Amino acid sequence: MYKNIVYSKWFVVVAAIFIVLFILPLFVPRFFVYILALIYVTSLLAMSLNMVVGHGGLFQFHHGVFYGVGAYAVALMLTKSSMPMWIGFIAGPIAAAITGLIIGWFCVRLTRLYFGMLQISLGSLIWAIVFRWYKFTGGDDGIHGIPMPSLLSSLNNSYYFILIILVICLILMYMILRSPFGSTLQAIRDNSQRCEAVGINVRRYQLGGIVVATFFAGVAGVLFVVLERSVFAEMLFWVLSLEIFIMCLLGGWFTFAGPILGAAITVALRTFVGKYTEYWTLILGIMLILVIFFLPEGVMGFFQGLFKPGMKEAAERGK
Amino acid sequence: MKSFEDFMAVNGANLTVGKGEIVAVIGPNGAGKTTLFNLITGALKRDRGKIVFKNEDISQLPPYEICKKGISRSYQIVNIFPRLTVFENAQVAVLSHQRMSSSLFRPAQSIAVKETRSILESVGLLEKEKSIAGSLSHGDQKILEIAVALGNEPELLILDEPTAGMSPEETLAAIELIKRLAQMRGLTILFCEHDMDIVFSIAQSIMVMSHGQTIIQGSLQEVRGNKEVQEAYLGGE
Repeated sequence: MYKNIVYSKWFVVVAAIFIVLFILPLFVPRFFVYILALIYVTSLLAMSLNMVVGHGGLFQFHHGVFYGVGAYAVALMLTKSSMPMWIGFIAGPIAAAITGLIIGWFCVRLTRLYFGMLQISLGSLIWAIVFRWYKFTGGDDGIHGIPMPSLLSSLNNSYYFILIILVICLILMYMILRSPFGSTLQAIRDNSQRCEAVGINVRRYQLGGIVVATFFAGVAGVLFVVLERSVFAEMLFWVLSLEIFIMCLLGGWFTFAGPILGAAITVALRTFVGKYTEYWTLILGIMLILVIFFLPEGVMGFFQGLFKPGMKEAAERGK
Repeated sequence: MKSFEDFMAVNGANLTVGKGEIVAVIGPNGAGKTTLFNLITGALKRDRGKIVFKNEDISQLPPYEICKKGISRSYQIVNIFPRLTVFENAQVAVLSHQRMSSSLFRPAQSIAVKETRSILESVGLLEKEKSIAGSLSHGDQKILEIAVALGNEPELLILDEPTAGMSPEETLAAIELIKRLAQMRGLTILFCEHDMDIVFSIAQSIMVMSHGQTIIQGSLQEVRGNKEVQEAYLGGE
């Protein structure tokens, strides 16, 4: 059934973009390679959040925690244990998913804002542990100089590794969102009461969605370590979680690829405007206000609306 | 097949629905008709009394379990998945019925297509299967309501004012549809409706409610002839 996707023109466009991204490091300066890789990591993080926010309709307010747990899991495995490195790489996403399962188990008992508030509280608890436990996590210093396999020693190699993992994750996420599980999740977002009435155990599916999303956040955490070779307690702080949330809103939370755009805009702003002023978030804020007023479906959602008539109307009636 | 006793907002309601019957619940606004339906389908928890379906007490089950037992419902106020397409709306219920909802890596496009299409065809929404549900007309959305409920292949279908807000032509078509569905699928149907013409043209038995209480349940003639009902509800008939 995925055959017809392979032959569609969109597939060709997307494939072309990735081929360009693959050969780009041969032509652009190191700094841009680094920024691109950072955008990929952030994109994966934002995409993973959007699985539960945009497609699942959950107020996942503290997604950064799972990103941080994934990153710390691999960092601690690589620095404090003598296990093979690939086990550390796998430990990241699994640790994130388990954390997601535990926090999610409590949160799905509540709805909407209450869900979000409880998640912020439970997430902040984990942040506090990481922040205070100097002996184990390095506290606010974080962990630096994390050893990497020799294959990932150069920046270009890390770039390729991150890009390949990103592509794999995007394909998996796409498949999941188009699967019965994905459409059930979207149905729950649209109308959880009706879902119960057609025999769906809403809480169980929401929890399942959280576990899947936090797994991918853990992957993003691992990729961050691959790129930076260090981890910081700020990765688990609520400010970052808010930033990821904004990326989803900015790019368009009802679209598949919107969060990538949101992540790219945010990272680019922080890098290029942040160089001149520490108030770069001011520009981000203004952009967000404009988007909310003029493109309530996000940048990507706006363009999708041009191609898919009826969606906009549906959104308005849906309220 | 089913009996209720002693509810709060619904207090002293008794209703029995036999297999294959079409039963109407009527009563003035606020009589507790929708509350009664919410109690049957588990959307509300009952305080006292008993709800029995196929000799099994279902009064303590959550809505999704009750649905799996074979009871589906449609809503008075349109209650669909506005951002999904018409096809996806019906498919969600079919997937849930087939226990396929948790399948992670198979494309949903290829699962339960035949079943979903046949439901959409039987209610006449097949041509609009690709439309976004939220953009349909009100009448079509009410029909889609029924289509979603059919996705679970229920034995008992509960329709809460299926024609509310429809134009006269849409109403006629909807009545025909309900009659046809009952026949084709051998459904047991429990519905409530304000329009007496509709009630008397579809129902085989009628239960009259007022202030959460059952006044009478009986055949059309019995209900028509009942003095209390005439005074309370049917007016000068």
